[in-house]
Amino acid sequence: MLRYIFKRILMMIPVMIGVTLITFSMMYFSPGEPADYILGELATEEDKALFNEQNGLNRPFLVRFVNYIVDAVQGDFGISYSTRQPVINEILASFPTTMKLSLYAEIFAVVLGITLGVISAVKQYSFIDNFTRILAMIGVSLPSFWEGLMLIILFSVVLGWLPPSGLTSWKHYILPAFTLSTWGLAACMRMTRSSMLEAIREDYVRTARAKGQTEFVVIMKHAFRNAVLPIITVAGTDFAKLLGGAAVIETVFSINGIGKLIVDAINTKNAPLVQGGILFVAVAMSLINLLIDLVYAFVDPRIRSQYSSGKRLKSKSGKKATVS
Amino acid sequence: MSEKILEIKDLFVQYTAGKDIVRAVNGISLTLEQGESLGLVGETGAGKTTTALSIMRLIPHPPGKITGGEIRYRGENLMEKSEAEMRKIRGHEISMIFQDPMTALNPMLSVGDQIAEVVRLHQKISRADAMRKACEMMEIVGIEGGRANEYPHQFSGGMKQRIVIAIALACNPSLLIADEPTTALDVTIQAQVLELIEQLKQKFNTSLLLITHDLGVVAEVCSKVAIIYAGEIVEYGTLKHIYEHPSHPYTIGLFGSIPNLNETVHRLAPIPGLMPDPTKLPAGCAFAERCSEACEACTKSAAPYVEIEPGHMVRCIKFAGKEC
Ligand SMILES: Nc1ncnc2c1ncn2[C@@H]1O[C@H](COP(=O)(O)OP(=O)(O)OP(=O)(O)O)[C@@H](O)[C@H]1O
Ligand SMILES: [Mg+2]
Repeated sequence: MLRYIFKRILMMIPVMIGVTLITFSMMYFSPGEPADYILGELATEEDKALFNEQNGLNRPFLVRFVNYIVDAVQGDFGISYSTRQPVINEILASFPTTMKLSLYAEIFAVVLGITLGVISAVKQYSFIDNFTRILAMIGVSLPSFWEGLMLIILFSVVLGWLPPSGLTSWKHYILPAFTLSTWGLAACMRMTRSSMLEAIREDYVRTARAKGQTEFVVIMKHAFRNAVLPIITVAGTDFAKLLGGAAVIETVFSINGIGKLIVDAINTKNAPLVQGGILFVAVAMSLINLLIDLVYAFVDPRIRSQYSSGKRLKSKSGKKATVS
Repeated sequence: MSEKILEIKDLFVQYTAGKDIVRAVNGISLTLEQGESLGLVGETGAGKTTTALSIMRLIPHPPGKITGGEIRYRGENLMEKSEAEMRKIRGHEISMIFQDPMTALNPMLSVGDQIAEVVRLHQKISRADAMRKACEMMEIVGIEGGRANEYPHQFSGGMKQRIVIAIALACNPSLLIADEPTTALDVTIQAQVLELIEQLKQKFNTSLLLITHDLGVVAEVCSKVAIIYAGEIVEYGTLKHIYEHPSHPYTIGLFGSIPNLNETVHRLAPIPGLMPDPTKLPAGCAFAERCSEACEACTKSAAPYVEIEPGHMVRCIKFAGKEC
C-alpha cells in the first residue's frame, strides 16, 4: 500500500512539470508586458527596463523555465509582482478560505445528494423520485454565476436575510456554499440513484433479505456499500473541481479565495502568482484523486487485494489474484 | 403420520412485464412432511424459483405478485403474516440456498460476517460468539474456519456454494429450500455438495424442497417428486412412482432425454419444441403442443388431476377416462 502511494506521488512529478510548462508558456506568449500592468501608465522606459532586469524577464524562455523549476523544487515560487510578497505566502493565505468553502459545499452536496438518491432509488417512480429528478436537471444546467446572482438578489437584496459578500460570519458562508454545492448535489443524487437501482436488484440483496434482515439494513449495509464507489468518484472529482474552479463564485461573492487570487493575477499579468497558484491547485487535485483511489481500496476488498503484494493471495487461492 | 411442515394450495404468481402478464405459477399445490425431501423438477422458466421465492415471501414486487392461493408452514398461513413476522421465519425456520453462488454473496463483506449476520439476527449472542459459530459452520461445510475473514472473490465457485449453504443452515432451519444447488458446479463438486446437503439434512432433521432440472440429482436425494411444467404440477408421486411408472407424456419425455446406460439407445430424444410463452398460455393443456399423444380435446380444456395409484397424481386427459 505505502509503495503504491509512493509510486503515485512520484508519478505526479511529470504531471506537475507539464502543468507548469503550459501555464508558463501561456503567460510568456500572452500579449502585454507585466511592467505595464505593475508600474502603471506613468512609468518611464527606464523604469520598465529596470523592472524587467530585476525580475529576469529579458532572459530567454528556456532559461527562465528551467530557473523556475529549479527554484520551485526548493520551495521558492517567486515574488508576486503586485504585493512584493513571496507567492507561496499569498497562496497559503487564500487557500484555507477556498478549502473551507469547498468543504462545506461538498459535505452539504454529499449528505443531501446521497439521502435523496437512496430514497429515489428505493421508491422508484414515486413523487419524491420524480421531483428530485427535475431538481437535478435544473441543478446541473444552471450556470453557477447566474444562480449566485439570483440568490444574492433574493436573499440579500429583496429579503435582506443574508449578507451578499465577504466572509466574516457563518451567515456569509450560506449563499456561496449553497451555490457551489448545486452541481455536485445534483450529480451525487443522480449517481446514487442509478447506482443504487442496480445494487438493490442484485442477488446478494435477496440473500440478505432471506436471512431475515430488516429492510433498512438490507439497503444500507448490503446495497449501499456496493453502490458507493461511483458516488465517491463523483463527489471526489466535484470536490477537486471546487478547489480549483471556484473562481467565478468567489468573484461573484467577493471572497478572497485562491480562485479569485489567480483570476486577479491573470488580469494583471502577475506571472509568478498565476503559475504558483495553478501549480498549487494541480497538486491539490492530484492528491484528492489519489485519496479517491485509496478510499476505493478501503471500501472494496477486491481492489484492496490488488494493492497488497500478491504473494499472500497467490498462496491461498492460487488464481484470480491479479497483481498490479 | 408425521406433521405437515409445508402445504402449498393452489398458488398463483404473476409478473407484469410492461403490458404483458407473465403467468409464472398457475395453481400449484404441494405438501411436504417433516424430515421428507421433495424434488421439484422442471425445465428452465417453469416457475421453480418463483415457487420457492413465494414460500419465503420474497417475490420482487413490483413486478411480481402472488395473486392467489395459500402457503401454510406448520399449519400457519404465511400469506397472512406481517413483514416483521416473516423476518423471524426467514433464515431461521425456512432457509433458502440460491441458484447462483457467484452472485449470491455480497462482495464487500467477509464470508464470516455474512454467515454471522444470520446467526446474530436469530440468536441473542455476542458478535464474537456469532463469528465463532460462523467458523464452525464453515468447517461443517468443508472450508477451513480460519478463512472466515476472507472475501467472496477469494473463493472458488464450489466454495461459494458451500458458504451459501452454511448461511442457509446456520440457524438449523426446519425447512430448507435448495434452488438448483448444484447446477453452477462441475460434476465432482456436484456430488460433494449433494452429499453434504444429505448429511446435514440427517444431522439437523431438516425437511428439504430440492429444485432442479436434473432427474439424476433427484433420484439421489429425494423421496417424493413433483414435475412442474409451465407453472403447473403435471405429475406428483414418490420417487418409485415417477421413476418406475412415469405417466404424464412430459415426464416420459424427460426420461427420454437423459441417456440410459443400460439400453442400447445411442441418441438422446429431447422433447421437441419449447415451453409455451408464459404470457400467452393456451386454454387447454400447456404441454399439448409438444405432446405426441395430444388430440383435439387436449387443446380445449385442462385435464383434472387423477390419482392413478395411491399418492401418484397425474394431470393428463389420458387418465381422465376420455378417449383421444
Ligand atoms: N422478476 C421477474 N420479472 C418478470 N418475469 C419474471 C421475473 N422472474 C421470473 N420471471 C418469469 O417467470 C417465469 C418463471 O421463472 P422462474 O425463475 O421461476 O423459472 P425457473 O423454473 O426457476 O427457471 P430456471 O430453471 O431457469 O431457474 C419465467 O417465464 C420468467 O421469465
Ligand atoms: Mg430458477
